[in-house]
Amino acid sequence: MCTTCGCGAGEVRIDGDDPHHEHGHEHVHPDGTRHSHDHGHDGEHAHDHGHRYAPVHSHAAAHSHAPGVSQKRMVQIEQDILAKNNAYARQNRERLAGRGIFTLNLVSSPGSGKTTLLCKTIEMLKGKSSVAVIEGDQQTSQDAERIRATGAPAIQINTGKGCHLDAHMVGHAMQKLDLPEDSLLMVENVGNLVCPAAFDLGEAHKVVILSVTEGEDKPIKYPDMFRAATLMLLNKCDLLPYLSFKVDAAIEFARRVNPDIEVIQVSATTGQGMDQWLAWIARGAERAVAQKQAAVEAPAGRGAELEARPGVR
Amino acid sequence: MSLAEGVLQLIEDAAREQDFAKVTTVWLEIGQLSGVEVEAMKFCFDAVTRDSVAAGAKLEIISLPGVGWCMACSKPVPMAEVFGECPQCGGYQLQVTGGTEMRVKELEVA
Repeated sequence: MCTTCGCGAGEVRIDGDDPHHEHGHEHVHPDGTRHSHDHGHDGEHAHDHGHRYAPVHSHAAAHSHAPGVSQKRMVQIEQDILAKNNAYARQNRERLAGRGIFTLNLVSSPGSGKTTLLCKTIEMLKGKSSVAVIEGDQQTSQDAERIRATGAPAIQINTGKGCHLDAHMVGHAMQKLDLPEDSLLMVENVGNLVCPAAFDLGEAHKVVILSVTEGEDKPIKYPDMFRAATLMLLNKCDLLPYLSFKVDAAIEFARRVNPDIEVIQVSATTGQGMDQWLAWIARGAERAVAQKQAAVEAPAGRGAELEARPGVR
Repeated sequence: MSLAEGVLQLIEDAAREQDFAKVTTVWLEIGQLSGVEVEAMKFCFDAVTRDSVAAGAKLEIISLPGVGWCMACSKPVPMAEVFGECPQCGGYQLQVTGGTEMRVKELEVA
């Protein structure tokens, strides 16, 4: 496990590199402790602690520090299991907002046509907007290569055994990509409708892609993902005449778990609905740029504006 | 599995801050609508904590009920599922307001 940030993703590779080469490691005491405080060694070895994380505190009566003496006590944690990821996501979001970059987190089951849709989107945006891509897969860099073939810069994250991208990996990948101001960043998550729902990456929106070759009841089978998403793209719509997929039912199921979800029917193959999808992206990108400018003009209000952004749930 | 690793990370951070070497019991608050499968969490927790400060620790789950806000009724209602219907009016215009918690509450350490 990485001792700097505590991430447990030993198998993660970003474009083939271990993401932790660049970190300077903190000094660790021989006994394994890490806190930085001054010792006044006058016999008793008694001293106060300077806690690094404010929310962690002990309410034991005596905090004896004598080696070898153990004492049962309660330690209050009161921390969200996802707190660490959310802190990295907040950092990513601030960095992106400061540069006016509109970021989408594309999520779906494997095989929904995310990469094809993304390639088509990049082609259609050519000459209009600059797009960079972060690709997440357990293994191989095939998807990043497909994206690079369109001319867009892409970084591949291999999650190894991990089933989702987390904000920490994405932060490292963002450093590697030289993202221009006022551009677009598309993050293609690992194909999985479960875990990526819970992990905020710092994106403006999650976009869930459901292809019509899947079941129309996926939104109620995997409600967390459809609840976390702002937009649902119904992909492969050119195949509808050959399938028994009920579009209305799929939309109704999606709205049942998320009354506010927007829906666009697309086909990456025929180009159907792509204009609507590009217009949706363009509106978001304009908002990101406007928010950046507003923040520059009124730096004091920036914190509040970021706070007001919706989180994962 | 990632969530169990998240729990272990919080415990290990606390172990460094608070100088304890062994955790005997861990209390988690898990909301009914959080999507956490308690049995799976227990299984994964045992697997990821092997050879750690929390090896063999007892996992206590405090279950918190699901609560939603029904837009039609304009009041809070109990929810059993995130896509559930309002028990009062039968509508689906519900916003989840409670029951999505996944928190490490406290630890008993030695």
